[in-house]
Amino acid sequence: MRRDIFQAIADPTRRAIIALIALQAMTPNALAEHFDTTRQAVSKHLRILTECELVTQEQKGREIYYRLEIEKMKEIDEWLEQYRKIWETRYSQLDDLLATIKKQKGEK
Amino acid sequence: MEFIVDKQTKTVSITKEFAAHLSLVWDAYTQAELLDQWWAPKPMTSRTKAMDFEVGGRRFYAMVSPEGDERWAVQKYTSITPKTNFKFFNAFADKDENLELPGSDWDLNFSEQDGKTKVSISIYNESLERMERVIAMGFQQGAEAQLQNLEDLLGKLTQG
Repeated sequence: MRRDIFQAIADPTRRAIIALIALQAMTPNALAEHFDTTRQAVSKHLRILTECELVTQEQKGREIYYRLEIEKMKEIDEWLEQYRKIWETRYSQLDDLLATIKKQKGEK
Repeated sequence: MEFIVDKQTKTVSITKEFAAHLSLVWDAYTQAELLDQWWAPKPMTSRTKAMDFEVGGRRFYAMVSPEGDERWAVQKYTSITPKTNFKFFNAFADKDENLELPGSDWDLNFSEQDGKTKVSISIYNESLERMERVIAMGFQQGAEAQLQNLEDLLGKLTQG
């Protein structure tokens, strides 16, 4: 199942996890030390982040390390950029409409 | 135009100044026949099926693609202070006006200074999943709009 990427970053703990593993890949145990929650809670957050493809797992010996997928994070900004463009188009159309109406009404 | 996304508060803020008096800009946001002329980014068109601009009323409209595909939405007006502010709850819908929740809460503020009108909109999405969907839909529209604008420009250049 593909989860919603915005849901992934909406949670403050998950944002903190992202910030930590952006610096270096970490194990769930090492991550749990940074939070006042259980190791199970951290694992649940990691599972959601994994389902969003924001993090990937890497087996090193007996430990599993989680690393951040930087490219996936960039997708979020690209989406937002597209939303901004919708508004720019919409508003340039409104600019044109207002100018047309003013001309019709004989305003300068 | 100023466009700010606050991911933590799930709010998008858009501010823009228009070279027109407030009464005209207000009409452009609150009258169906005017809204339909600018609301949909080209080459999409906006088609308002029903609209009663009053508290408790709504605008039921479709965004129509060049191929004729309709994407329906409803804006339910929750508060109106004439020529100053209005608020609505926005949600996608099917063609029979059944809402697809969750939606988003819109707060629109209007003010005039020196013959120019500033409009500040803030959009709160209770679900960021929905925001992703809006943006994903817009991705296609945005790309098409750019092509259309380019065609317009090329048309002008070749005629000129």
